[in-house]
Amino acid sequence: MFNRDRWDEILQALTANWFRTVLTAFGVFWGIFILVILLAAGKGLENGVKQGFGDIATNTMFMWTQTVSKPYKGLPKGRRYNFKISDVQSIRDQVPGLLYISPRNQLGGFRGSNNVTRGLNTGAFNVYGDYPEIIKQDPINITSGRFVNYGDIESKRKVAVIGGGVVKELFTDGEDPIGEYIKIQGVNFMVIGTYSKKSNNGDGEESQKEIYVPFTAFSQAFNYGEVVGWMAITANDDQSITNLKGDVMDVVKTNHSIHPEDNRAVGNFDLYEEFKKINGLFIALQGVAYFVGTLILLSGIIGISNIMLIVVKERTKEIGIRRALGASPWAIRGQILLESIFLTIISGMAGIAVSTGIIFAINKMLEGAPADNDSMFANPSVDLTVVFVALFILITSGLLAGLIPAQVAIKTKPIDALRTE
Amino acid sequence: MIEIKDLHKSYQMGSNSLHVLKGIDFSVKEGELVSIMGSSGSGKSTLLNILGMLDEADSGSYFLDGMPIKNLNEKVAAKYRNKFLGFIFQSFNLITYKSALDNVAMPLYYQGVKRKERLEKALHYLSKVGLADWASHLPNELSGGQKQRVAIARALASEPKVLLADEPTGALDTKTSYEVMELIQGINDEGKTILIVTHEPDIANMTKRIVNLKDGVIIDDTLVEQVKAVAHV
Repeated sequence: MFNRDRWDEILQALTANWFRTVLTAFGVFWGIFILVILLAAGKGLENGVKQGFGDIATNTMFMWTQTVSKPYKGLPKGRRYNFKISDVQSIRDQVPGLLYISPRNQLGGFRGSNNVTRGLNTGAFNVYGDYPEIIKQDPINITSGRFVNYGDIESKRKVAVIGGGVVKELFTDGEDPIGEYIKIQGVNFMVIGTYSKKSNNGDGEESQKEIYVPFTAFSQAFNYGEVVGWMAITANDDQSITNLKGDVMDVVKTNHSIHPEDNRAVGNFDLYEEFKKINGLFIALQGVAYFVGTLILLSGIIGISNIMLIVVKERTKEIGIRRALGASPWAIRGQILLESIFLTIISGMAGIAVSTGIIFAINKMLEGAPADNDSMFANPSVDLTVVFVALFILITSGLLAGLIPAQVAIKTKPIDALRTE
Repeated sequence: MIEIKDLHKSYQMGSNSLHVLKGIDFSVKEGELVSIMGSSGSGKSTLLNILGMLDEADSGSYFLDGMPIKNLNEKVAAKYRNKFLGFIFQSFNLITYKSALDNVAMPLYYQGVKRKERLEKALHYLSKVGLADWASHLPNELSGGQKQRVAIARALASEPKVLLADEPTGALDTKTSYEVMELIQGINDEGKTILIVTHEPDIANMTKRIVNLKDGVIIDDTLVEQVKAVAHV
C-alpha cells in the first residue's frame, strides 16, 4: 500500500484533470464540513444549556412537605406536617448510597417583605438556614471571607454569608462588609463572607440576594425548633437519585405516619430526571446531526463514485494494456480503490480542517462576548472521537465509492479492453 | 514450446454464431520465428489472442512450455501472461502518461521487482533497442518506429518465453517496418521464440516459417528462407 509507484500512479491519475478532481472532492468536503459544523453546533447548544444548570450537583433531589392526601392510622387526610431534624439522621441511616443530605429552613421568598436591616438600609432577601454541605450541591463562589462551617453549626453562631446584591443594598460603596452586623428580623448576625453565584436560568439578579446562616442558629433565632422546611439530597456518583428517591420518601412516610401509597404528601423535584431529559434531547440532536451530515456526505460519495466510473471508462484501454502485461485483477481493483479512498480522505480532511477553523473563529468571537450573558450557546466544539468517527466514515465511504468502478474496471475482458479506442 | 491440438473458437453474434477457428493443429519449437498470415477474418488475431491467454478456446488443448493452459482464472492468467509472454501490438499500446522507461518497467512492476532493480533492467532493454537516450520521454514525443521499439523493449523486459506480435509493422512505413523487423530478427537470433501475425508478404518473408490461415483452418505451413531485414534498410 505504501509503495512509491502506487502513489505516483494515484497522483498522476488525479492530477491529470485538476478541475474535475477538485469538483469531485468538493462533494465530500461539503458533506464532512456540514457534519462537523452540525455536531459542533449541537455541542454548543448543549454546553450553553448545561451552563444554565451552573455547577449544581445534578444527581440531586429536593424535597418538601405538602398536605397528606390519604387518611392513615386514624389520622385524617388534609393534615399538614413538618420534616424534623431527626428525619435527616434516619434517612442517612436507612438509605445507603447518599452523599449529602442538607436540611434547610427559609425566611422571605417570592415577594417577601423587608426583613433585613442595617442602620437606615433595609431590604427583602431570602434567608437560608443551611448546613455546610449545601455549597457542594448548589455551588456559590465565595468572594471574600468564608462559608458556614461545622463550628458555626455546633456553636449556633449567629453569622451570615451574604450575596453581592445584599452588599449593594445594605452597604455603601467600598465598605468592607466582613465583620459588620446586619439585622435579620430583629436578630443581629455578623457577616463572615460574601459570595457571587453563576446565573441560573435567568434569575441571576435574585440569586445574588440571598443570605446564608448556620441551620442551628437559624432554628434558634427564629423559633423553628426541630422543624426542617426543605431538604437537598445528593446521591453518590455510582447511584442514581431517581432510584433512591422512593426509599428516601418511604423513610419520611414511616416517620410521619403517612399512608405508604400517598404520593402527594412529600413534594419533590428530581434534578437528575430533568437533567436526563435534557441529555436525551441532546443525544437526539446529535443523532439528527449525524443523520443529516451523513446523508449530505453520501451525495458527495456518489459524486466520487460517479467520477471514478468515468475515469475507469476513460482508462479502459490502459487497464487492458496493464492486464495484458500481467496486472492481476486485484492490482487493478486496488489501484481504483486506493484512488477513491485517497480522494475521499484528502477532501474529507480539508472539510474537517476548514470546519474546525470556523468553529475556532466562532469560539474566539464568543470569548470576546460578555461572560455573564444568558446565551444558550457556548463553546461549540467537536472532540477527537468525532474526528475519528468522521475519518472512519470517510475511509468506508471511499471504499464504497471505489467498489463499483473497480468492479467495472475488471469486468471488461482484457481483449475487449484492448480493442476500445 | 507451443502445442495446439484441434482448437475451436466461435463467437456469438446476436442470434447466429460465427465459427472462427475450426480445428487448428499447430506447434512451435523453441527459437522459431513464425509468421501467421491470412486475410482479415481468417482467424489469425483470434488465434494469437488465444495463444496470449487474452481469450479462451471453446475446445481443444493448448500447452505452453509443457503447461496446460485451460480454465485459467483471471489471476492465474495474468500471472502466466506476465511470466511467459511478451506482447507487441499494432498500435503500440504504450501508456501515454508514462515515460518510455516507466513503460518498459511496467511488466517488472507487476512481477514485484524492486524499483531500483526494475529501472536498471528497463534501461538495459531500452538501450538494447537503441533508445537509452529517450528513456525520460513520453510516448507522444517519440516517432512510430521508436514507439514500437519501446513496446518491444517492454515485451522483452519480463524475459518471457514467447513474444507475440500482432501486426507489429501495421502502423509503420516500409523503412521503419524493416528497422523493426531487423530488431525482431536480432532478438530471434539470440534464441527467443517469436510469433508474428501479419498480412504483409514481405514481412512474412523475413521470418523462418509461414503459416497460412484461411477461414479458420491452416491451409499452408512452410519453412522459408529468411530474408534478412538489414539488407533492405
